[in-house]
Amino acid sequence: MSETNGTILSVNDLRTYFQTEDGLVKAVDGISFELEKGETLGIVGESGSGKSVTNLSVMRLIPEPPGKIVNGDIIFDGIDVRKLNIDEIRKLRGKRMAMIFQDPMTSLNPFLKISTQLMEVTQLHLGHSKDQAYQHAVDMLRTVGIPAPEKRVDNYPHEFSGGMRQRVMIAMALSCEPELLIADEPTTALDVTIQAQILELIKDLKTQRGTSVIFITHDLGVVAGMTDKIIVMYAGKVFESAPTRELFKNPANPYTKGLLKSVPDPAHEEGKALYQIPGLPPDVAHLPDGCPFAERCDRAEDICTKEFPPFIQINENHHSLCHFAKEVYAESTGGGE
Amino acid sequence: MSETNGNNLISLEDLKVYYDLGGGGLLDRITGGSTERRVVKAVDGVTFDIKQGETLGLVGESGCGKSTLGKALLRLTPISGGKAIYKGKDIAHMSDSEMREQRKNLQMIFQDPYASLNPRMTVGNIIGEPIRTFGLANGQSVETMVQELMETVGLSRKFIKRYPHEFSGGQRQRIGIARALALDPEFIVADEPISALDVSIQAQIMNLMDDLQKEKDLTYLFISHDLRAVRHVADRVAVMYLGEIVELAEGKEIYEEPLHPYSKALISAVPVPDPEIEAKRERIILTGDVPSPINPPSGCHFHTRCPYSIDECRKTEPQLVQIKPNHYAACIRINEENPYIEDVAEPHEVEEIID
Repeated sequence: MSETNGTILSVNDLRTYFQTEDGLVKAVDGISFELEKGETLGIVGESGSGKSVTNLSVMRLIPEPPGKIVNGDIIFDGIDVRKLNIDEIRKLRGKRMAMIFQDPMTSLNPFLKISTQLMEVTQLHLGHSKDQAYQHAVDMLRTVGIPAPEKRVDNYPHEFSGGMRQRVMIAMALSCEPELLIADEPTTALDVTIQAQILELIKDLKTQRGTSVIFITHDLGVVAGMTDKIIVMYAGKVFESAPTRELFKNPANPYTKGLLKSVPDPAHEEGKALYQIPGLPPDVAHLPDGCPFAERCDRAEDICTKEFPPFIQINENHHSLCHFAKEVYAESTGGGE
Repeated sequence: MSETNGNNLISLEDLKVYYDLGGGGLLDRITGGSTERRVVKAVDGVTFDIKQGETLGLVGESGCGKSTLGKALLRLTPISGGKAIYKGKDIAHMSDSEMREQRKNLQMIFQDPYASLNPRMTVGNIIGEPIRTFGLANGQSVETMVQELMETVGLSRKFIKRYPHEFSGGQRQRIGIARALALDPEFIVADEPISALDVSIQAQIMNLMDDLQKEKDLTYLFISHDLRAVRHVADRVAVMYLGEIVELAEGKEIYEEPLHPYSKALISAVPVPDPEIEAKRERIILTGDVPSPINPPSGCHFHTRCPYSIDECRKTEPQLVQIKPNHYAACIRINEENPYIEDVAEPHEVEEIID
């Protein structure tokens, strides 16, 4: 793992496990990725794939117990995040790395004015005085496109619509100009026209400020237009990682391929039956020995249920966790879909 | 609106569902309450036909009234005005016993597979309940029917004694579908049936619904905010905004050539899973949020967010009229001679309105 000065975050062999009544859940089991400064990484996966736990681990927000980061390095701008004590990590969180969550209704405090919630961040991290913090709060609301921010700043969360609340969350996350923004399904709870507004806003802010972004989603459509590279997660593992265009054009993993095919594409489609991945996502508490996707995979062979697949390098930036990664890749490039 | 031909299963004529929130009375004025009577016009004069055997997609954003419309069709919410004709009879004016009889033919699949199944009932009882209630079978034969239904929707019949919490979201949605099918209905309102499911499971449920439709000659009203899913499953698509249908056309047509300014924005906002297309796309980004359906904007409800609105739009309520063959839109600025709004109007900036 190289420590170039262009890298803002590097995660190496991260393993986060949860002790549950059902046994040990390996929610994240050997995840590695690097994020360059100013880059946007998409993490795609279905529920239970470990995409959110990965990012909660990076922020050190895993509830412990039952959870525990048992292995791996998380290096943020040269800082070993796992070695930090609670005060040190608090100084980092909110200031240099910030997060926006899926549900803007539950992640704001309903009893506090928006101004109070926004001022808290900059008073704590930037040592703003009350007046400075108030002014900054108004400025941030203006930046995220809230009309009449001077008036709205003293409203309570319930006085905002869902889209507006997500804007407030983004304003809060960006208050201290963090170098890393983690957006965990930021538009999933929103309507499409509002989703388009928020995605546009994140894109603009990223360009203006050079923020690095991790964008977590289950929606392949959203990451297509937003990201530079993507990792696809399944059962706590990285199944494929590649630059965005490469991943969509030439997937080298049957799971990625299946996901891409199972999304209805309004651009070209003629009422044919959708491709469907059979079966259910696996129970992460009881994973099989072989490939966790094997029983749902249309090209699985004997080896897949017996041996855990290797993480095969396809080219410089493209990797796939599959016994037949090279063959799948060849089909994608040759088949010319 | 459309010419009535023999094969319409359901015809809506100026259907209205209003919820009166009160206000405006003497007491309200004295106590400082609302000085105006507040009425939620959830469905505000909807007219269209659902043809036998088709899937009609109903799309719109939250609060547009699409779910209320679905419920009104099954009279799960009172109808305030207009007609909903099913086989020559008006659902709005059926007696309770008539309506109860018709529920065999009119069924519903719900969005949330977690909330719509009774956690204390076994799958066998959930699916068997309508069969027993309507006396279609009794004793052992109910169980046989339930097992057949479970197999039809792709569930193993040995799960019959299990409870809902033992199933995944996709499997629960299958249970909900089996329950809807139990009475062998003709028409099913599917209200966001895939929204709570994972991507790989969504495809399974859409394909299942498609197979069942072919097998049993079902007619669907498929309600969703997911325009990609609707595009896939629906024959025709109706776009709803603040209680009104603003556009109605064949699925392919409406996606390739939306005519109403709202549908244009809505469809351009859908992300396409293709980075090459995404890089080139021009999005119409609407300003602001959907206004409140309590006392909605006058005239065309969309005029507050529409980049093509003129003064006239505030005053005139547009009617859903045919603009192109089988393609209807409700916008006073376009007509059969001038179907494309870009040709007849210049877009302008929209001021965001602050309440």
